[in-house]
Amino acid sequence: MKRYSALTLALEGLKNHRGWRPAWRKATPAAEYDAIVVGGGGHGLATAYYLAKNHGLRRVAVLEKGWIGGGNTGRNTTVIRSNYFHPESVALYDLALRLYEGLSKELNYNVMLSQRGMLIAAHTPMQMEICTRIANAMQLNGVDGALMSRDEALERVPLVNQSEDARHRLQGGIWQGRAGIARHDAVAWGYARAASDLGVDIVENCAVRELLIENGACVGVETDRGPIRAARVGLAAAGATPGLAAQAGVTLPIHDYALQAFVSEPVKPCLDTVLLYLGTGTYVSQSDKGEMVFGGGLDRVPTHGQRGNLPAQQTVTSGLLEMFPAFGQLKLLRQWAGVVDVVPDSSPIIGPVGVPGLFVNCGWGTGGFKAIPAGGWLLAHLLATGEHHEISAPFDVTRFARGRLIDEAAGSGIAH
Amino acid sequence: MQIFPCPFCGPRDEREFHFATEAGKPRPEPADKVSAEDWAAYLYANEAPRGEAREVWLHLTCGEYFVMTRDTLTREVKGSETLPGRRA
Amino acid sequence: MSGWRLDRGGEIDRDRPIGFTFDGHAVTGFAGDTLASALLASGRRVLGRSFKYHRPRGLWGAGAEEPNAIVDVTEGGVTTPNLRATLEPLREGLALRSVNTWPEAARDRHRLLDRLNRFLPAGFYYKTFMAGGWMRWEPMIRRMAGLGRLDPANAPPADCAQINARADLLVIGAGPAGLAAARAAARAGRAVWLIDDGDAPGGSLRWRGGDIDGGPWRDWCADTQERILRAGGKILSRTTLWGAFDHGLYAAWERRCGAPDRLWRIRAGDVILAAGAIERPLWFANNDLPGVISAEAALRYLTLHGAVAGRRIVLATGNDGSYPVAAALARAGCDVTLADARGDTPDAPEGVDLRRETRVTGAEGRDAVARVRLNGVLQEADTLLVSGGLTPSVHIFMQAGGRLDWDAECDALIPRAGSASMRVAGAANGAFALADALAEGHAAAGGAGNAPRAEAAGDWGVLPMRPDPDAAGRQWIDFQNDVTLKDVALAQREGFVSVEHLKRYTTLGMATDQGRTSNFAGLAAMAGLTDRSIPETGTTTYRPPFLPVPLTVIAGRRRGQLFDPPRRLTLERAHRAAGAQLREYGGWLRPAHYGDDEAEAALREAGVARETVALYDASPLGKIEVIGPGAAELLDFCFFTRLSTLKPGRARYGLMLSETGIVFDDGVTLRLAGDRFIVSASSSHVDGVRLRLEDARQDRFDPARVFLHDVTAHWTTLCVAGPRARDVLRAAGVPVDLDDAALPHMGVTEADWNGRTLRIARVSFTGERSYELSVPSRHAEWLESLLAARVGEAGGGRIGLEAVLTLRAQKGFILIGKDTDGLTMPQDLGWPNRREDEFIGKRSLLTDEALRNDRRQLVGLTATDGGAAFTAGAHLVPLDAARRSLGFVTSVAPDPGAPHALALLESGRSRMGESVGVFDNGAVREARVIAPCAFDAKGERLHA
Repeated sequence: MKRYSALTLALEGLKNHRGWRPAWRKATPAAEYDAIVVGGGGHGLATAYYLAKNHGLRRVAVLEKGWIGGGNTGRNTTVIRSNYFHPESVALYDLALRLYEGLSKELNYNVMLSQRGMLIAAHTPMQMEICTRIANAMQLNGVDGALMSRDEALERVPLVNQSEDARHRLQGGIWQGRAGIARHDAVAWGYARAASDLGVDIVENCAVRELLIENGACVGVETDRGPIRAARVGLAAAGATPGLAAQAGVTLPIHDYALQAFVSEPVKPCLDTVLLYLGTGTYVSQSDKGEMVFGGGLDRVPTHGQRGNLPAQQTVTSGLLEMFPAFGQLKLLRQWAGVVDVVPDSSPIIGPVGVPGLFVNCGWGTGGFKAIPAGGWLLAHLLATGEHHEISAPFDVTRFARGRLIDEAAGSGIAH
Repeated sequence: MQIFPCPFCGPRDEREFHFATEAGKPRPEPADKVSAEDWAAYLYANEAPRGEAREVWLHLTCGEYFVMTRDTLTREVKGSETLPGRRA
Repeated sequence: MSGWRLDRGGEIDRDRPIGFTFDGHAVTGFAGDTLASALLASGRRVLGRSFKYHRPRGLWGAGAEEPNAIVDVTEGGVTTPNLRATLEPLREGLALRSVNTWPEAARDRHRLLDRLNRFLPAGFYYKTFMAGGWMRWEPMIRRMAGLGRLDPANAPPADCAQINARADLLVIGAGPAGLAAARAAARAGRAVWLIDDGDAPGGSLRWRGGDIDGGPWRDWCADTQERILRAGGKILSRTTLWGAFDHGLYAAWERRCGAPDRLWRIRAGDVILAAGAIERPLWFANNDLPGVISAEAALRYLTLHGAVAGRRIVLATGNDGSYPVAAALARAGCDVTLADARGDTPDAPEGVDLRRETRVTGAEGRDAVARVRLNGVLQEADTLLVSGGLTPSVHIFMQAGGRLDWDAECDALIPRAGSASMRVAGAANGAFALADALAEGHAAAGGAGNAPRAEAAGDWGVLPMRPDPDAAGRQWIDFQNDVTLKDVALAQREGFVSVEHLKRYTTLGMATDQGRTSNFAGLAAMAGLTDRSIPETGTTTYRPPFLPVPLTVIAGRRRGQLFDPPRRLTLERAHRAAGAQLREYGGWLRPAHYGDDEAEAALREAGVARETVALYDASPLGKIEVIGPGAAELLDFCFFTRLSTLKPGRARYGLMLSETGIVFDDGVTLRLAGDRFIVSASSSHVDGVRLRLEDARQDRFDPARVFLHDVTAHWTTLCVAGPRARDVLRAAGVPVDLDDAALPHMGVTEADWNGRTLRIARVSFTGERSYELSVPSRHAEWLESLLAARVGEAGGGRIGLEAVLTLRAQKGFILIGKDTDGLTMPQDLGWPNRREDEFIGKRSLLTDEALRNDRRQLVGLTATDGGAAFTAGAHLVPLDAARRSLGFVTSVAPDPGAPHALALLESGRSRMGESVGVFDNGAVREARVIAPCAFDAKGERLHA
């Protein structure tokens, strides 16, 4: 693998960039692997990378029905944060954040992690109480988090609506300085390139039709390019995971919804942090290209269709303008929807599902992008050892029967 | 903006409706005879079919629950009916 | 300086010159100009700089496809960024500023960046900027990026109306095909909605002209409009249909001169898409130079604005559509060379130098075209018009779920009939010639008889034109985002061959022209590089919006006080008059306290309730009537607390769980009669409780035996609380026996008060003797003024919710969602289950988690350091073990004499009397765990 650096870029520049090779091999699937990961999004690619890197597995394949990074990895608002309430959540998301912090160097691929900080903005004394509750939880959980006063918060978001007519006037909020954004495609491509370099087969345009079940155990998958056997199979296919798991007789507690994201025309820098407004439910950051990238709640009708609908667009957009009236100067450039797999407690499901050889990593709902390195790390651990990592154990699907849900909204009063 | 047919009120804007649950999930009881797994399945498990789905919906404005059949992928609505034993 | 203005012709008013500035330079146009036509006629070529290399950029097109002519416009003291010069009408008093330039477009400080282009290929940033972390480089990159500048002082008002409409037949586009379709439908008596983004109907007829049905097109167009209106239809010009949504919903943005824009939400029966086509560029060395302009756009500027693109013009083409353009320019007096790549061409138009089998291989010039290379031979020229063929505008069809097929004859992807629920006609369907467009439009509407006739029928004669990877020089694929053919080749070399990877890796098609000038070229280039056909290479996904739409149009008026409006009390005016400070609680705007100093007022008001008597508005408290012989049975199932054993005339406090066993709501239920209850849900949970009851009623019980009626908004409830509460009621003349034997604590009664219905419930949220008086809201003001006067005479006064919240916290009374969270079960509040029968949430109280003995339980806390009250949201930590959260403070009663706090604490009830740390922002204080109730534990004051 040719190293990426300013030097190689300059040298290649002198040679018209003729020396660059494919970022990842276009593999054709072998008949058998040690482990198969279904789903070539961030979580699947990271899983394959850590299987090779952390556990030394070489015969690993990632099977992607379309093009890698084309699902929710490439359809989100790229926010990365670990400002959570429950210790289990903090352990999970802060593992991801810590891995993100070293990811560009680790993968030799610039994922453009911009730790510009995130403000969760409150508008009422009640919301400030909740923010106090979360900020203290973050501190006790060893994560950087601080309660911000109104004046401190205004310094971070000077354009925020402070008019007399504002429906929700800023009172303060929670600040996490290490939170920020990253370049979503680069995360998928960087993992793919690094995994491919370690020998992982990344197979695009290879749809998994069904799981191969023998004697009650999962021994591989049937694809539109033939059967592929493997000792262990990991499902990291977001909304498609429940359908595949159902073939093994496993019903997962997941509903699918469309979540929309929005991008405005670009302008010069005028918003330097990630902002989530509790009053409007809208969140926004400015991309490096200058576009406002924003989103809000789910479309209200469960669906598998990757199409956004007008009511949610109007709600989110009016929320954005209520936060930042000056953004009324901007135009909507792009909008898209991802199908997110929502679990009742809005926490992911990671672990075995009662079928030997089969493991899942799903249910990330609206928050999967920020967890990619951790999701990969933990599923790789499961596939390599057959056992939970201590961080993934609380997220086992058996938590529902035990009644031990990990519900951030319930604990903190704030949705994901 | 989708249009859903309330059996009581006729076609209405999707914003007037609330998804309740997938249809055909009887409540297991009595409580002390129900296993933890069966109870969790009742509370949480979903088929979430990719295609035709039968679901219980609530029309918020009239307060009536009903069963709707629709395609979760194409979003085509096939029809709606009252809960068993009810008349519109 | 090469563009110029004809002395006559066009739709401009030469008697009304309009001055404006561009980058500080004075420019003059005329009424009827767009910013673009005025700039073109002024001869100004460099209108901006490209995003990455800061190459000079000039006008390319005449509509939404414009990638280059983007300006920040200052008008009336405020600036709006990123306006497309092609879409903005010229008006008085405008100052234009080019984007991506400093100090101005013509002399941009960063123009030398272009020299570094070989080191800045597609995706170069993925390969570098890693040393020291991206944050080190990001500020510089961000400053370089971003087109225009937001004006911090410009807050556009929320004045865009939104209109819902229904259209039997919606025709999108009022060019020849759309007009023919609308005309046919109107003749059949259908009410047609004709929507078009131009200033007036006509589409390409407006600049291409032509005779229809033997007369000038204008007559036919006017007659068609008249027919549409007569048949009850509607015509919307300057209106862009930008989105197709589920179930036949379409969104359109209407621009109105001098009035706020509007959003139309149109539910359409049948739809005909006649959105036309967009001209493709050509690809040769330096094809991005200012002065390289779409041939079609040049004709449009010439015809509509009398603005001529240049004087020495080369027109490079491969299709018949360019011949009328060349002819018109020659007639205008230009020196026109028509370079046609084909050998078999129509005859040369008069005055035009036609060169067959001739291609442009390059353009030269410092900041604008000065020379053009034709088949390798240089020729002087100030303008190079190009036509690389047409791309049908299929966006709306694709948004509606359509599929495309490759059509070799028109060299384009065109809609597959029947793949989406709309018909497509005219250029959008590949029918470029006028007669074909008319025929298709007529047929799409099921037109009877002959279609409108036009002379110019036949073939458009399209020769496929493609980017050539082997050609010399830099060929631009995406002008705004600076993507060249070499970038596409690099993407292919690095494996980014799927269309979406190509887009994302190179940013091709991601600019504000939404790929209108670049998507086809990128697709064609990748197809060529990978030896595949265009359909094999794939297509991109089409999503709304069809063109960038102002956020104000989408958001509409839902802003300020109309954004998620709070619910308001009947007595709001009376409260304000009495000096109340209002605040939102659970969606209701309620008096928080009276007077300015909140802390002082809340304490003082709490004292009033404890010492004399207080009056407060409790109207938001839910009132759900549950009526019928099945009422008690329904409530027993829905509540954790059994209510069927409640006697008429009595009230009972109870909890409602969700099926997960979590406490969903609490409140007092009144039983007025054997078959009549009133459920007082928490103010923010009324809808949730009602729907839960409805769910059980309809799904489990006989709905004919029990009926629910939420009457919360019908009643006003005023609470009189305090030692002198009964005195106040007596003084007010309440017509009820107030003796404790007749109306004890938790007693309920109804009475007629001079024709007014009155309900009194002795329910206490403060720990004091307390009466909740409810009357129909039309009597609210009468009751309030009567009680306020009597309360005043008794030495008491009005109190706000902050005082009430303090009073109840002292008593350990909980607020759901504040003192409980989404994990709290009834046993955590001291209510273990004792019921044998079935109720909502019962099974969940038996899970492993529910049976743990270290659950977080409700406790009280008192500070052992004698200090001030704790902070709500502080966490509880062990004092003598590793620091971790044991729970948190949920409420505080900040009485300085006896500060009290409620908390959820792990194993709380077994820690009574123990010490625990209270952690807040790094500091730890000590507290003693006590019972939640810290005031009048025996409840003697209820009867005092």
